[in-house]
Amino acid sequence: MSLSAATIHVRLGDKQVLRGVTAAFARGSVTAIVGPNGAGKSTLLTVLAGLRKPDQGVVQLGGADMQAMAPRARAQRLAFLPQIPEIAWAVEVRTLVALGRTPFSGGRGLSAEDEVAVDKAIATANVGAFAHRNVLTLSGGERARVLLARALAGEPEWLLADEPLTGLDPGHQLDAADLMRRLAFEGRGVIVTLHDLHMALRVADRVIVLADGLVSAEGPAREALTPAILASAYGIKGRIWDGEQGPVIEVLGRG
Amino acid sequence: MTTMRRPALLAGLITLVVLLSFASLCAGKAWVPFDIWFNPGSDPRWAIIFQLRIPRTILGIAVGMALGAAGAALQGYTRNPLADPAVFGVSSMASFGAVMTLYLGLGAAAPWVLPLGGMLGAGIGVAILLGLSGATSSVLTFILAGVILNSVASAGVALALNLAPTPWAVNEIINWLMGSLADRSAGEVQLALPFIVGGCLLLFTTTKALDALTLGETGARSLGISLGRLRLILAIGTGLAVGASVAVTGMIGFVGLMAPHLLRPLVGAKPGALLIPSAIAGAAIVLAGDIAARLIPTPVELKLGVAMAALGGPFFFAMLLNMRRKMA
Repeated sequence: MSLSAATIHVRLGDKQVLRGVTAAFARGSVTAIVGPNGAGKSTLLTVLAGLRKPDQGVVQLGGADMQAMAPRARAQRLAFLPQIPEIAWAVEVRTLVALGRTPFSGGRGLSAEDEVAVDKAIATANVGAFAHRNVLTLSGGERARVLLARALAGEPEWLLADEPLTGLDPGHQLDAADLMRRLAFEGRGVIVTLHDLHMALRVADRVIVLADGLVSAEGPAREALTPAILASAYGIKGRIWDGEQGPVIEVLGRG
Repeated sequence: MTTMRRPALLAGLITLVVLLSFASLCAGKAWVPFDIWFNPGSDPRWAIIFQLRIPRTILGIAVGMALGAAGAALQGYTRNPLADPAVFGVSSMASFGAVMTLYLGLGAAAPWVLPLGGMLGAGIGVAILLGLSGATSSVLTFILAGVILNSVASAGVALALNLAPTPWAVNEIINWLMGSLADRSAGEVQLALPFIVGGCLLLFTTTKALDALTLGETGARSLGISLGRLRLILAIGTGLAVGASVAVTGMIGFVGLMAPHLLRPLVGAKPGALLIPSAIAGAAIVLAGDIAARLIPTPVELKLGVAMAALGGPFFFAMLLNMRRKMA
């Protein structure tokens, strides 16, 4: 069961955002998509999630063309967390998490199976302490965890998250990173876009460096992120060394 | 949070509508006392009940349900508590469509022409609104689109008045525009009812999609909801329900604004769970307003549309102030 993209081209307005991206992802691992602003990370993620039809190229989920799949069947297997999440109404946290069961429900309330999945997601994302609070009164970090719980409630094979660590304090970033590792360990495929290269080194099995709509490097985190790639993709000078708790990246300046 | 159990909420609302229906059958210039129910047929006032009050009451319930359901659905879709068929120009478009049939004198051709005009107008209005919101989901675009629809529709109505061939036609249009449940025949009720019921049932099928839209359009799509299908159902459902209502009763505003707003805290703010309770509460609001319009001693009977606007304007204003305070 793999997720793969072949020669994806996407044009937004008069900008060619993706210019032939090919990538394959495996379940049981965390892949980080990194790259400078405007490189096309978010666009690639929405294409991988089946939410945007590429102008050219095919995304396949388990061998089936994503665009030909029924939206509901796709949603049962793949959860997507947008970069700027919207919560429109002052609903209870548990109600919001239960929305993750939408692809499975017939529309009338939650089945016993749904309840179990929702409770499990609430426990996994550690939001039980405020499960009955109004979601709009939560802090940014709490809200991010609630939205993650919403994604987990569907027990997806694939979790695609756009900048899931942005706006979290260092402690919560580590918690979120640990959770991603745990989800991969459970056999799910996790694909995230990240700005923080240090977190990418820490959390990702594989890193895809996207620059100007093309894959400029990919591979195990330590191999994909090299001083040469930092220079060509980001235009910065940096060095990477092995610290006590894993690899460390230091940005020295504009290259 | 203060959510009510759903069966209790629905039972309470239905009881309210039943009580108001009885009051609506009894109340008016000619009071029908309660004991008439025990010897039907013999009392001449029985005719008042059968020929005037029963159609009026049924129509009140139906129109209230249509407006309440459409208001809840539009609020859910736009994620905006200020949405309402009247605010967004859907009702004006419906009356524009209906007025055109009056102006062109088509209404005499067949009884179904006027409601058809109303439904067409409403359907076009909703389609324009939803089409615009598909391009950009900003609430501001939506409200501006509503303002534009409202002014285009009123300009059309004004043009029809301006060019009306006879003072009698002007009078007919104005009277109809003010919105009322008075003196509607059983025939008109029969005409509108299937469309209103059909429209409401269509709107009730959007429960799951509206709930998912709590997470925004991207969120809903990632949960497997087809927004194109939802828009189509909303346009047809609102067009049928609001169009048929407006065509028979004229403009009755603010019901779709008030009903969902009053009930939202009681259903835990879930937009889908709000649909059916809002419809029932809409029926209660219209019935109560109509009873009040009949009982308030004025030389000419107060028009329900006017009474609702007088009540709804301040309500809308209070909501706006309240929202502003929350945002500040």
